[in-house]
Amino acid sequence: MSTEQHHISLTVNDRVTDAEVEPRLSLADFLRRHLSLVGTHLGCEQGACGACTILVDGESVRSCLMLAVQADGSEVETVEGLASNGELHPIQEAFRQKQGLQCGFCTPGMLMRSLELIRDNPTITHEEAREGLASNLCRCTGYQYIVEAVVDAASEMR
Amino acid sequence: MTVPAVREHTAEKNWIGKSIPRLEDRKFLLGRGGYIDDIVVPNMLEVALVRSIYAHARIVSIDTADAAAVDGVVAVITGAQAAELTDPLPDFGPDPANHPWRCLAVDKVRYAGEGVVAIAAESRAIAEDAAELVVIEYEPLEPLVDPLAALEQGAPLVHETLGTNVAFHREFTFGDVDADFEAADRVITDTLHWGRSGGQPIETVGAIADYDHATGMMSIHANSLSFTSYLFMLAGTLKVPSNKLDMHPVPAGGSFGSKLWEVKTPTIAGMLSKATGRPVKYVQDRMENISNGDHHGSDRRYDVQLAVMNDGTLRSIKIKTVEDYGAYIQFGVGHHGNALAQVTGPYKISSVFYDVTAVLTNKCQQGAYRGFGSEVGNWVIERMVDRAADELGRDPADLRRQNFIGPEEFPYFIPTGNVYDSGNYGGVLDTALELADYAGWRERQEAARAEGRHIGIGICTCQERSVFSATEFWFWFDEPAAPVSSMPESVTLDIDALGNVTATLYSCAMWGNSPETMVAQLVAEEFDLDPQTVNVVYASSNQGLPATGPGGSRFTVMVAGAIDGASGKIKSKAANIAAHLLEANVEDLAWVNGGFEVVGTPTARKELAEIAIQAHLFKHSLPDEIESGLEASHVYDHPYTTMPNDDRTDLGVFYPFMGHASHIAVVEVDPETGKVEFLDYTAVHDCGTMVNPRSLSGHIVGGTAQGIGTSIFEEFVYDSDGALQTPSFAEYVIPTSMDVPSLKIGHQETPSPYTPHGIKGGGEAGRMMAPAAISSAIEDALREYGVRVRRLPATPERIVDWIDDQE
Repeated sequence: MSTEQHHISLTVNDRVTDAEVEPRLSLADFLRRHLSLVGTHLGCEQGACGACTILVDGESVRSCLMLAVQADGSEVETVEGLASNGELHPIQEAFRQKQGLQCGFCTPGMLMRSLELIRDNPTITHEEAREGLASNLCRCTGYQYIVEAVVDAASEMR
Repeated sequence: MTVPAVREHTAEKNWIGKSIPRLEDRKFLLGRGGYIDDIVVPNMLEVALVRSIYAHARIVSIDTADAAAVDGVVAVITGAQAAELTDPLPDFGPDPANHPWRCLAVDKVRYAGEGVVAIAAESRAIAEDAAELVVIEYEPLEPLVDPLAALEQGAPLVHETLGTNVAFHREFTFGDVDADFEAADRVITDTLHWGRSGGQPIETVGAIADYDHATGMMSIHANSLSFTSYLFMLAGTLKVPSNKLDMHPVPAGGSFGSKLWEVKTPTIAGMLSKATGRPVKYVQDRMENISNGDHHGSDRRYDVQLAVMNDGTLRSIKIKTVEDYGAYIQFGVGHHGNALAQVTGPYKISSVFYDVTAVLTNKCQQGAYRGFGSEVGNWVIERMVDRAADELGRDPADLRRQNFIGPEEFPYFIPTGNVYDSGNYGGVLDTALELADYAGWRERQEAARAEGRHIGIGICTCQERSVFSATEFWFWFDEPAAPVSSMPESVTLDIDALGNVTATLYSCAMWGNSPETMVAQLVAEEFDLDPQTVNVVYASSNQGLPATGPGGSRFTVMVAGAIDGASGKIKSKAANIAAHLLEANVEDLAWVNGGFEVVGTPTARKELAEIAIQAHLFKHSLPDEIESGLEASHVYDHPYTTMPNDDRTDLGVFYPFMGHASHIAVVEVDPETGKVEFLDYTAVHDCGTMVNPRSLSGHIVGGTAQGIGTSIFEEFVYDSDGALQTPSFAEYVIPTSMDVPSLKIGHQETPSPYTPHGIKGGGEAGRMMAPAAISSAIEDALREYGVRVRRLPATPERIVDWIDDQE
C-alpha cells in the first residue's frame, strides 16, 4: 500500500487549499478528515447512495468515488459553502419550509445535486426535479417534499 | 391498573396542529448535524472487523501476528478474547443461555458476515489494511438457509447447546375458534410469504467509547440505543457497574427501528477502549450494516384460514406462521406479540387462533423494522379480506366497511385482549375513496382493459397500534411472568430568569422523527410561547431520568404526557409566586395568554418572565416554602396497560392507542416485463390529534416509500450456500425518486380519550399499509391471468413467473 504523499492544490468553497495526501485518500475523506468539512456524508462508499455528492468544477460527483489527488486544481463546492453567515441559501430555505428532510443525512448531497439541477435548468418542473434527483437516495422522505422544495427554490432563485 | 379516566380535550389550540418548520432542520441544512462519524475525539482509534466468509463453519485457528505487526495497529482482539473481556450481549430471546450471542463469534460462525476479529488502529484505513492480514482457518459446516429444512429431524444445528433449531413455538386460542369455524359458510385458505427486508437508513450504526481507567467510567456516544431505563443490561455486557456507564445520544441519520437497541457496536467500541485505554470509534460500513447489523426485518411463511359467512361477515381467523429469525433471536418473538395487538385489523372478527414457530438459520438475525411485525400482520389480514371479496363477488371497499368496528363501539376489545381506544374507520375510508376518485378509477380501469392495458386498484384499511407497554416480549411464557412495564418517558422543563424555556430529553430521541419540534410545539401550547424559541437538549443517560425513546410510534404521546406533568408543576409554583406578587389568592388566578392574572381583573397580571426572574433571584421576598428556580421534571408512565391472564387466553391491554389508515394504490402492470408503475396513490391517516401535520405527512410519504420497497424491490437474498447476494446498495435496491409516486394525503382526527391532547402515534405510518394496498393493486391489474400476490417482494421477475405459471 503506497503511503507516499502527493501535493494537491484546490479551491474548496472559494478558499485555496494546499495539502499533502496519500494517493488512496478519497475526496470525501479528504474533505471530512483533513478539512473537517463533515457536512459531506458517507452512506455506502460505493457510489450508490449519493449522500457524498459535491460539486467539482460545477458538476456533481460522488466524492467517495473520486480520489483527492484527482481534485488537484479543481474548484470544489460543498454544503458548507451554501449559506453565508448563517443565512440559509434559497435551496436550504425551501427544504426547511417544505420539510424536505427528516434525519438530514442525505440532505447535503440532495442540496448540492439540487443546486446543480437548478443552475442547469432554472425553470425546472416537478417531473424534471424528480428525474434529476433519482441520483440520490433518501430513506426518510419518499422524495415528495424534496421535489417540491427544488421547484420552489428554483422559482425563488430566478 | 384499570381503565384510565377519559380526558377532556380543548378544541382551541395555538400551536398544536400547526405545520411549523422543524426546529431540527437548520443544523442539518448547514451540514452541522453532528452525526456519530462527524465527531472526532483526540487520541481516538478506529475499528475494522474481520468478518466471516462462511455462513456456517467451525473456527479452527486464527493467526493475528501479521495484523498486529502493522504500523499503527494498537489492538487485535479475537472472539475468544472478546468473550473474556465482555459478557454476552443483552438478549430478550427465549433461552439466551443456550443460544448465546456475543459481539464476536467464538468457536464457530453462524452467518456470512459475522464478526470474528476486531482491530483498533490509528485510522480506519490502517485497521482495514491489518484486517486483510488476519489468517483464519475454517472448517465449513452445512449451511441452513431454508427454515423449513432447518425444522427437519437430523438437520445440522445453529446452536448445538439448544439441541434444536426451533427457538420458540407456541399456539394461542382467543375466543371460540372451533365454533366460529363450524358455523362459517365457507373457509378461505391461503399460503403467504413475506420476504426479508430491512430499515437500511442512509447512515449506519456507530459509537465512540471512552473508558477512563482512573474513574472506571465508560462514556459512549452512540447513534443507536434508546431504552435508557434498560442500559444496565449493556453495562453488564461491558462489565462496568451500571452507574458507571454513561450513554450520550447522538442524532441518528435514520433508523426505522434499526437503531432501536443496537448493542453490538457500542460493545465492540467499549471493549476496545477498555483494552487500549484510548477512545475508540467504530462506525459500520454499509456491507457490515447489511450483513452484520442485527436488524433484518420479518421473514415469514403463513398458512391462513379465514372463516366467513356468505353475507360477508368475517367470523374467525386461524394463522400459522413459521418465521426465519436468522442465527440469533435478540427480541424473541416480540414481533408476533406486536402483531397480536391488532391481529384482527379494523374488523369485528370474534376469535383468533395463532401458532408461531421461530426457526434459527444461518443468516443475519432480525431486529426491528418500522412496524415490528405488525405491518406483516396487516398485510396478511388484508390479503385474506381481498380473497374473501373475490370469492363472494363483493367490492373490496364494501366488504371492509361491512365488517368495520363502528365509531360508537369504542373502546373495543379484540379477541386477544388488547383494546382499541377510539376510531372512525368508515370516515377514513370515505375520505380515501373520494380523494382517490375510486369510482372514476374503476371506470378508467374498465376502459383501459378494453385497450389491453392492465390497471389495478388496491385498497387497504389497516391499523397502526401505538405506545407499547412491552408485555409483547414476555406474554409468550407462562413462567416467569413479570408485572406490566411502564415504559416511561421523562422531560425536564427549565424556565430561566428571563422566561426562556429549555426542555431536556432523556432518550436517544432524534432518528429523523421530530422530537424537538414536537416538544417545542407542546411546550409552546402550555406556556403561550413561540415554539422556535424553545431550546431542546438531550441528557446523557447517567444524568438521566427514566426513558424509553422512540419506537412503536410512542414518543410523541409519551413526551406529551411528560410535558403535561412538568408544565403543571411549573404553573402551580408560578401561580403561587404570582399570587404573592399580586397580593391575591392563588385560587383567584388563571393562566391567560402567557401569564397569570386575577380572574375578572386582567390588569392584575404577571407575565411568565416577571414570575421567572422573581423565582430565580428574589426568593427571600417570597413565602418560605417556595424554593428558588422555576423548573420541573416529570416522568410519564404508560397510561393504559393491564396484565395478561394466567392461561394466556387474554393478553391484556398492551398497545391501546389505535391509529388507522386507508391507502388506495392504482398501478399499471406490464405483463411482459413485470414492471409495476404507479398511476395514483392516496393515503388517509387518522392518528388522533396531530401536532405537526406536515411532519406526519412526511412520515406517511416516507413510510409508503419504504412499503413500496418492501412490496416490489427490497430483499436480503441468501443463496443455497448461505452467501448474502445483496450485500450493498447495488444489489439491495431501495426506491429512488422515480420509483415513488406523489401521494395524495388526507388526514382525519379522532382524538384518543386517554392521551394528552388526544394524540396517537403515527411514526411508522405508510409502511404499515402500503404493502397491503400495492399487493392488492398488482393482483387486481393481473386479474385476467388469475395471479395471486402471495409473496413479497413482487419483483418484476416474480410477476412474470406468476403469469407464466398461470398460463
